[in-house]
Parts: sequence; C-alpha cells; structure tokens
Amino acid sequence: MSGVALDPKTAPTFPMAAKTALGDGQLRKNVRHATDVIQAKRARVVGEMPDWQNLRESGKQIRQHTMENLDFYLEEFETNCTRAGGVVHWARDAEEARRIIVGLVKASGSDEVIKIKSMTTEEIQLNSALEAAGIHPFETDLAELIIQLGEDRPSHIVVPALHKNRHEIREIFQRTMNLPELGDQPHDLADAARMFLREKFLRVKTGVSGANFLIAETGGVCIVESEGNGRMCLTLPETLIMVAGIDKVIPGFQDLEVLLQLLPRSATGERMNPYTSVWTGVHEGDGPRSFHVVLMDNARTEILADEEARQTLNCIRCAACQNACPVYRQTGGHAYGSVYAGPIGAILTPQLQEMHHAQSLPYASSLCGACYEVCPVKINIPEVLIHLRNKVVKQNTAGVAGFFDVEAGAMKAMAMIFRSERRFRAAQRMGRVAESPIAGKDGWIRWLPGMLGGWTQARDLREMPKETFRDWWEKRGRDGN
Amino acid sequence: MRVLERLGHTVEFPAGQTCCGQMHYNTGYQAEAMPLLERFVAQFKGAEAVVVPSSSCVAMMRDHYPKMAASIGDKRLIADVEELLPKVFEFSEFLTKGLGLEDVGAYYPHRVTYHASCHGLRNLLLGDGPIRLLRAVRGIDLVELQGVEQCCGFGGTFAVKNADVSSAMLADKMAAVLETKAEACTACDNSCLMHIQGALHRQKTGVRTVHLAEILAGDEGMAR
Repeated sequence: MSGVALDPKTAPTFPMAAKTALGDGQLRKNVRHATDVIQAKRARVVGEMPDWQNLRESGKQIRQHTMENLDFYLEEFETNCTRAGGVVHWARDAEEARRIIVGLVKASGSDEVIKIKSMTTEEIQLNSALEAAGIHPFETDLAELIIQLGEDRPSHIVVPALHKNRHEIREIFQRTMNLPELGDQPHDLADAARMFLREKFLRVKTGVSGANFLIAETGGVCIVESEGNGRMCLTLPETLIMVAGIDKVIPGFQDLEVLLQLLPRSATGERMNPYTSVWTGVHEGDGPRSFHVVLMDNARTEILADEEARQTLNCIRCAACQNACPVYRQTGGHAYGSVYAGPIGAILTPQLQEMHHAQSLPYASSLCGACYEVCPVKINIPEVLIHLRNKVVKQNTAGVAGFFDVEAGAMKAMAMIFRSERRFRAAQRMGRVAESPIAGKDGWIRWLPGMLGGWTQARDLREMPKETFRDWWEKRGRDGN
Repeated sequence: MRVLERLGHTVEFPAGQTCCGQMHYNTGYQAEAMPLLERFVAQFKGAEAVVVPSSSCVAMMRDHYPKMAASIGDKRLIADVEELLPKVFEFSEFLTKGLGLEDVGAYYPHRVTYHASCHGLRNLLLGDGPIRLLRAVRGIDLVELQGVEQCCGFGGTFAVKNADVSSAMLADKMAAVLETKAEACTACDNSCLMHIQGALHRQKTGVRTVHLAEILAGDEGMAR
C-alpha cells in the first residue's frame, strides 16, 4: 500500500529530479504557499522571544554536549528505560532495525500496527518490510495518512504532504475511503480522517512510533505532535515499539525546557505544540503492557567520527531550514531523492547513504545561509555542505579516472592561473581573444559551450572589458592623475 | 577608488593580487584554495585597511581563512591571518563601520533598488549599512525590493551545476526588480550583479546593474 520509497541509491541526481519538479506548476504553487505560511508564523513567534538567540545557543550547547558524550548518555538511557520496565534493543543498521521491529510485532500477536508519524521509520523503509512480513501498517498522522493512501512519498520532515493542496487530498480520500460526496473544506477532510482512524485506534493492539527525544536521566521517550493521534498510539495499544536514531538522546528532563521552546516555534510556528507526551516504561493498568525502544545507529557513529560534519547530528528535525531554503522552495522535497529533503537532507542523506550514492546533494545549495540563520540549534549547514563537497571532489579525483575529471582539470588550471600575476594577466588577454568568436557585436555572450551552457540557458554574459581595471589603474598611475 | 580618494585616503592596488579562492573552496577544491590564501596574505600584509568590493570574498576570508591556516598548522600563516583579518573590510562596511560615515557626498539622480547579497547579509551582518549609504545619496530615488533578502540563485558554480533551479530563483528576483520600476539594481557583490544583469539583459528589460561603489562615486560633474 505504501508508495515507492525514496532511495538515494536509485534516485536520479538532484539537477535531473529538480528539472522535473520545476515543470510541475501545481506542486511549486503548493510548496510556495505552504512554506510562506509556516515561515510567516515562525517569524511571528520567534520575533516575540527576546532571548531567542540565547535559546539557540543553549540548544546548540545541549546537543553538542550530548554528541560529545553520546556513549555515556545512551547507556544511561538504557539503564533507566530498563529499570522502568522497558526493553531496549540495539540496531546497527536499517536492516537490523527492521528485523527487530518485525519480530516484535509478530511476537505481539498482531498482523496490524498503528503508527505515529516518524521520519526514522521512513528512513529505514519500515512499512515495506512490515507489509512483506504480512503486517499491515496504518499511518495515523493526517499527512502521513494522505501519503500512504495516495501511494505517495513524504516531501517534508514536519509536513510530509506539504506538496498536496486540499483539493488533491479530497480526491485521494474520495477514492480510497469510498466517500464520493466528501467536501474539500479542512473540517471535511479532518472528519473523514477521524472516522477512518478512530476504528483502527480502538482495534489495533500494537503501536509503532519514532521519538523526538530520548531522556537519558529518566529513560523516558518524548513525542511532540499536533493531532492527538500520537497520544492515542502511545496509550491504547498493548504493545508499543519505538524506534529512534541514537542521535535523539538528550541528557536530562530539564533540557526539554530549552528544546520544547525551540522545536514548535521553529517547526510549525506555534508557541507550544498541542500534544507533548513523555512515555516512561510500563505502568500497571495504564497504557501498553509491553514497551520496546529500538536504538538505531545506521551510519550515525560514522557521522560522529567526522569532526567537521558531526554537528549534522544536532538536528532536532524542525524543518525550518526546508521552509527557508530558496532551493527547496523551488523544487519541493522529492527532488532530493531522500526522506530528508532540503538543506538538512543535503547534508544528512549523503552521510547516511555512503557518499557516492548521493553525490549531487551537497551541491544542491547556493550557500545563501538562510538555513543556518533559522536553525534552532545553530547547525552551520553551509559549512558542512562545503566539507562534503570536498569529500566528493576527493572521491572523484582519486585514482587514474580522477586524472581525467573535466571539472577537476578546469579547477586546477584556474588555480594555477590565480597563483601567478603573469599567468593571470596572460589569462585576461587570452580570455578576450577566446571569447571574441562567441560574443555578439554588442559585447554580450548568449551561448557558452559544455558545462558553462547552464549559464546561458537563461542569462547573457557581458564580454570582458577592452580595458580591465588593472589596465585603467596602471594607465592612470603613468599619467599621474 | 574615486570614493575613497574623495574621502582623502591613499589607495594602493597590489598588482600581484588575483583571487581569494572562494570558488575553489566552496566547490570542494580546498587544496587548490590554499595557495591563494597564502598569496592574499603576502600581497596585503602591512596594509592599514584592505577594502574589498565584494561581500562574498570577505566572507570567504573571515569564515574560512583562519580554519584553512590552522589546518596546515603553519604558525606564521596563522598569526598573519589573525593580524590581517580585522583590517579587511567589505567596501560599504569600511565606510559605515570603519569610518562611521553615511553621507559620502554622492549624487546619483536615478531610480534604484538594492539587493542584499546573502554573504553580506548573513555572514558579514551588513544590516542596513548599504541602505543608509544609499539614502544619503543626493538625487537618488531609492525603492525597496520585495524579498530583498532572498538569494538571487547565483551561488558560484551552483548557477552552472544546478542551472535550472538557479534560473528559477533568478526569475523570482527578476520579477521583484521589475516590479520596482527601477532604472538600476545595486548590491555590494559583483557576482550577484553579474547574475542579475545576465537575466535583465537576456530579457531586454533595459534595467542596469550597478555596484554600490559606482553610485557612491557619482557626483554632479559626472552625472549621466
């Protein structure tokens, strides 16, 4: 029932996928509208906080400190979660996480699960694995439900169906819920989803969820949501299985004070999200009788080992960078070929999926810095992008094949020119000669060859001036004025 | 040059200067950028102030030079960079923060709109400095650009590697510029201006791009 999972191993490169997305006027309109609305809301609630920059710094410090002591806090979490009656499982990668979860669902005796929206389960393509094992997953978050019923893919971390407008959503619900008369007002759609889901909440005995924060001090798991579906999934099932990347841990309960101010304001532009649940272990006569947490690495320790990219793990998945990114706002999320789209996706995906599978993503940015400006934990995304670009270049220029890399050749030649005044002057003279056949009589270039052709598809280029600044300056010096 | 000389400064142009290395560094060719850092230091060492007419070049130096110098562990280079960087100013920054000026005695009788280049805005935190300089220009009709803080889509090699997305971003910037009915669009960064100019010319809009320095250099004698 789920759509084709986004897989950077098979997805087309970003420029190719972006070209397709740019041709979809409806999609671009939806993405533009939704990100405009969220950005305006965010700006309002951030603007009213006099200590916002201090909060960001605190958020950064908490996350940085956690990453520097990750082994300690993970073990503390395991100890405290176990003491409270939970069972902690460790998964090295997506494959192991899927195997553990499928096993736990089967052991719970259910062939259905209700799910809270979770990007981590998207990352490991859990729904396909469940279906392959004969288990039916029901997404209970409205947006995830739309994605699941529409056999679509999430395009945004917080608002996965951001690329759909309500007319398109009505069409999906009419078709899949067999409601030909359904209206397209927000309350019509919410009602339909409520009716559809309520019965599942009451019937299905097993819940699967991600996590926003794992609290080491208490062994509790924090879920932040807007619809109340999360609380249903946490309290109604007999078995609750939570899966989280090891980066989701935080040291203490008190750290939530900072993070729960930063997250909703950055994510949905709300002072506080409607439902915040912290679930700790098992309680007699209240909630699930069986509580499992699957702690998953899936390349996170490799990111941790890379000092310059480590800050990637500080992310609290608010998606403010996606809403602010002028590239994401043009293409939407699918072009990134990963469940993590936008600026954070451009740094996270290549690190989660060995670099060569997602080489074009670090270049899917103009380095304008809008992402860094809005990040609630101050991840310097442009800095990490540049670091990853360096890794791509090192990969592409390694060995014999690297010797023939056209871009690297051009870059090295230019660097050689810039290293010498004599060569620089000669290059300026040669440039004027070389461009003369392609420049128009009016001094403008309308066509460029090869890789540079991207420029002239929408832009002209002024030919180099007959007299450079250098010529002018030196002539002026000689003339003595 | 004209603005700085008009204000009574002596301007020198070290002939050996070439490129700050931003294009190489930001595209992933860090090793190739390193000699350009060394070259920059050698060329400008000892200057009282280094004024750069491009915000992204200054951002390259401030954000990356210290790290680059530290990465090769050359103590002398680290010390030189540390000493030189506080003297490096983006042009408008030199006027507003270095000299504390707003009115530089310019005259420019045209309708102009200002685009805030990303690196000037977010890396150098130029804020409204350039706007204050423009407001003090006599004869100017300064009109606000919608989405002034939105990237124009240049991004160095991004414009070539992701030409389609870059063009789409540029189209939005173009629409905003044309909306202002300005005769000219200005900025503190030549690379953005070259990008914007490329589309303004392709679409035969008749709108020019001018660097902020060209406006501030304007006087009654040379008014076009």
